[in-house]
Amino acid sequence: MSKVLIIAEHLDGKLNASTARCVTCAKELKPESVDVLVLAADAAAVAEQASKIDGVTKVLTATRVDNAHALAAIYAPQIAAAAGNGYTHVLAPSTTFGKDVMPRVAALLGVAQVSDIMAVEGEHTFKRPIYAGNAIVTVEAPQDRILVATVRTASYAAAGNAASAAPVEALALDVALPTHTRFVELAQGKTDRPDLQSASRVVSGGRALGSAENFRIIYSLADKLGAAVGASRAAVDAGYVPSDLQVGQTGKIIAPELYIAVGISGAIQHLTGIKDAGTIVAINKDADAPIFEIADFGLVGDLFKLVPELEQAI
Amino acid sequence: MKILVAYKRVVDFNVRIQVKPDGSGVVTDGVKLSANPFDDIALEEALRLREKGVASEVVIATIGPADAQAHIRNGLAMGANRAIHVVAADAVQPLTAARVLRKLIDKEQPAIVLMGKQAIDDDCNQTGQMLAALWDRPQATFASKIEVNGNAARVTREVDAGLETIEVDLPAVITSDLRLNEPRFIKLPDIMKAKSKPIETLQLTELGVESGDHLKATRYAAPPKRSKGVMVKDVGELVAALKSKGLL
Repeated sequence: MSKVLIIAEHLDGKLNASTARCVTCAKELKPESVDVLVLAADAAAVAEQASKIDGVTKVLTATRVDNAHALAAIYAPQIAAAAGNGYTHVLAPSTTFGKDVMPRVAALLGVAQVSDIMAVEGEHTFKRPIYAGNAIVTVEAPQDRILVATVRTASYAAAGNAASAAPVEALALDVALPTHTRFVELAQGKTDRPDLQSASRVVSGGRALGSAENFRIIYSLADKLGAAVGASRAAVDAGYVPSDLQVGQTGKIIAPELYIAVGISGAIQHLTGIKDAGTIVAINKDADAPIFEIADFGLVGDLFKLVPELEQAI
Repeated sequence: MKILVAYKRVVDFNVRIQVKPDGSGVVTDGVKLSANPFDDIALEEALRLREKGVASEVVIATIGPADAQAHIRNGLAMGANRAIHVVAADAVQPLTAARVLRKLIDKEQPAIVLMGKQAIDDDCNQTGQMLAALWDRPQATFASKIEVNGNAARVTREVDAGLETIEVDLPAVITSDLRLNEPRFIKLPDIMKAKSKPIETLQLTELGVESGDHLKATRYAAPPKRSKGVMVKDVGELVAALKSKGLL
C-alpha cells in the first residue's frame, strides 16, 4: 500500500489550491495514507488549511527560519529527509514551485522523476504529456524505489473539505542547509482578480490586441465575468502583459470551466495549456485560425468591436 | 570564467508530432531536428556574458547520436569556443543527462552551467535541477535576467506569482526561460569559422555513469481530441449559447 507525502505550496500564509489537486491525484493510488508536509518559517496557518482537505491523513510541519522562502536548495534536502520516513510516493504540483524543487529531491534520492502526472494507471504507472501535449506516454517507474513526481494540476479537481480536520504534527528534521542560495525579492503583480491557475473563468488576449493599452478591453470583460486574465506567449513577448499571465506549454496549464480566447490564433504551444478547459470560446478575425479547431464556440470578427459588445450583453 | 552550456537536439518546435500507429513511439524519421529553443537562449546568454568580459570561454555539451555533429556545428557557429559531444545511441533521460554533465563539470570546472529550463520533446524540466543537486551547488531555474557580480549571480526567475530574484554563489546551475534574450541569427562566415573549432568526442559508455532507462515508456498515444464546436454568427448568439450551457 502506498504512503504518500505531498509537499504543500504556499505563499504569504495561504495554501495554494494546487495542493488539494495533488491530494485528488494521490487518492487514485488507493493509498494507506496521504500526509502533507508544510515547510515554512511559521507553518501554523498553512497547516490548518491543509488539515481541512478531504483525504489528508495528517499534516507535518517543518518550521525553521530558513524556510521563509521556497528555495529549492533549502527545501530539497529537508523533503528528501522527510521522504525517508517510510514514504513510497512524494508528490508536488507541477507549478513553478514543484518543477523547481522536485527534480532536486529526486536527484538527492537517486531516482528519476515523473513530471506532470495526468493519469494514474497503477502505483508505479502513470500517463504524462510530451511534445507540448501532442503525445501521451505511459511510463513505469521501478517498483522497489521511492517515486518522486509532479502532478499536472489541470488534470485533477481540488479535493473538497474534510468532515473533521486532520492532526497537525511538528516534524524534526535535523538537516544541515546550505547558505549559497539567498532570496532577494518577489515582485508580484498586484491584482484583485481571481488567480489564473485556479479561476473557473479566464479571458485571454493575444498579439492581435496590439498594445498594452488595448489590453484594457480584456481586463474589462474579465472583471464583468469575475474572470482571471491570461495571455498568449506572443502578447507577453510583445510586453502587453507580465509573464505570469502566460498560458501554454511553458507557461501555465489551466482548466477553467470557461475560457475565452481573444485575438489568439492558437499555436499548439498555447492550445496545450487550455485542453482541459470546460468550454472554449474563440474570438478572432481570421476564420482559418487554428483556435477554431478546438473552440466550442467560435466568433469571427473584429475583437475591438465584439469584446465591448460581449461585455455589454452579459 | 568558463561557462558550460548543455545544448540538446530535439524535434523542431514547428513539427506537429505523430504517434506511431502501434504505440511504440513518435515518428522521428525524416522529421526536422533543431536545437532545443531554450538551449539556444542559454547559449545566447553565455555568449553575451563572454562579450561583456564576464566569461572567457563558452563550451557547449551535447549528448546525442553520432549524427548530432551538424547540430553541434550550429552551436559553434553561433559563437561557442568549442564543444563536447557525448555520443549516446539512444535518448537519455534527465537523471542520466545530469550524471553525464556532472562528469563534464569535473573535467571542465565551469563557474556557470547554463541550459534550457526544459527540452521541448520530453517536456521534463528536470536536468538542471538534478545536476545542481548532484553537484551540491545552487540552482536558479526559469531565469529571465542574469547579473554576475564577482563570485555570485543575481538571477530573476519567472515564477507563477510573478518575478522572483535570488542570489546564488558561483559555481551554479542556471536554466533559461523564454524571455532571457533573443538568440542571434547565424551568419555565413560564422558557419565557415565553426568548421575549424574543436569538437571533443566521448562515448557515453566510457564515462562510467549508470545510464539505463530509469522510467520505462510502455506506450505512446495521441492525446484525446477536442471536437470542433460551432461557429456563432454574432454576440447575441454566443451569449445565448453560453447561457444555455449554464456558463453565464
